[in-house]
Amino acid sequence: MDDNDRALINYLQGGFPLCERPYQVVAERLGLNETEVIERLQNLLEQKILTRFGPMYHAEKLGGGLTLAALKVSFDRFDEITTIVNAFPEVAHNYQREHEFNMWFVLATETQQRITEVIAEIEQQTGLKVYNMPKKREYFIGLQWEA
Amino acid sequence: MYQPDEIDWQLIEYIQDGLELVGRPYASLATQLCLSEVELVARIENLQCTGIIKRFGIVIHHRRLGYKANGMVVWDIPDQQLIDVGKHFTQFKYVTLCYQRPRHLPQWSYNLFTMIHGLDREQVITNVETLNETCGRFPHEILFSQQCFKQCGAHYVYQKRTEA
Repeated sequence: MDDNDRALINYLQGGFPLCERPYQVVAERLGLNETEVIERLQNLLEQKILTRFGPMYHAEKLGGGLTLAALKVSFDRFDEITTIVNAFPEVAHNYQREHEFNMWFVLATETQQRITEVIAEIEQQTGLKVYNMPKKREYFIGLQWEA
Repeated sequence: MYQPDEIDWQLIEYIQDGLELVGRPYASLATQLCLSEVELVARIENLQCTGIIKRFGIVIHHRRLGYKANGMVVWDIPDQQLIDVGKHFTQFKYVTLCYQRPRHLPQWSYNLFTMIHGLDREQVITNVETLNETCGRFPHEILFSQQCFKQCGAHYVYQKRTEA
């Protein structure tokens, strides 16, 4: 990754042009040419520095549900509970964290109603209380990752 | 609230895995959806204006950029100061997410969640200390991640949506 790649990553976090030749517009802003921008993006995707190049959807506005939930899991049950939770296709991420609340997962569902159902099913299968912590407000951040 | 129509849903599904890396990516997509390039761009613009597309751009694998330590830092901020503190945090470049979430008293008293990244844990801790000092000091905890068991984004399927 060189300085031009870094400039490209930082620039694209601010959005992507909607016009006939968007890569050309990006190239002009960064003093590159269109082919070079496309090749650099291809390369960054192949190296997995970028995981995706496209839209981020607002799940709730699409009628879907999205939430962060936490569990307090005892050490001896950790593997068992992990297996139960990860078996749900609605679980998008699951992180173990160093805290009494040690399992944190994101639920992404097709409907808002399904969030409640999945939480109830996880509680029933694990015998643990699920702490549901949906986003109430988001504080917007422009450049998330400085490359 | 804007309700996406059938063509919007097709579009949402087609572009979710990314935009094509070709000179005229919208023209290429328009052909697949039997739209004109102008109409397609107008639809994407509309989905952005209505907030259905939050952001159009790149998704970064932050560990590969060298941000190896990741701490979810949770704060207990008095309700009347929450908006000011939340906005304050977004000025710092190492704050990559900042959300208000509900408390679950008495077990969970934290209402502001920030994701703080750093090159290592030491740097995360230093960054959190700076945040705490500049916001006026509030109870907080850093929850470092030990393991990531599963990571895949949400996926949208057009067919299932048409019933609604």
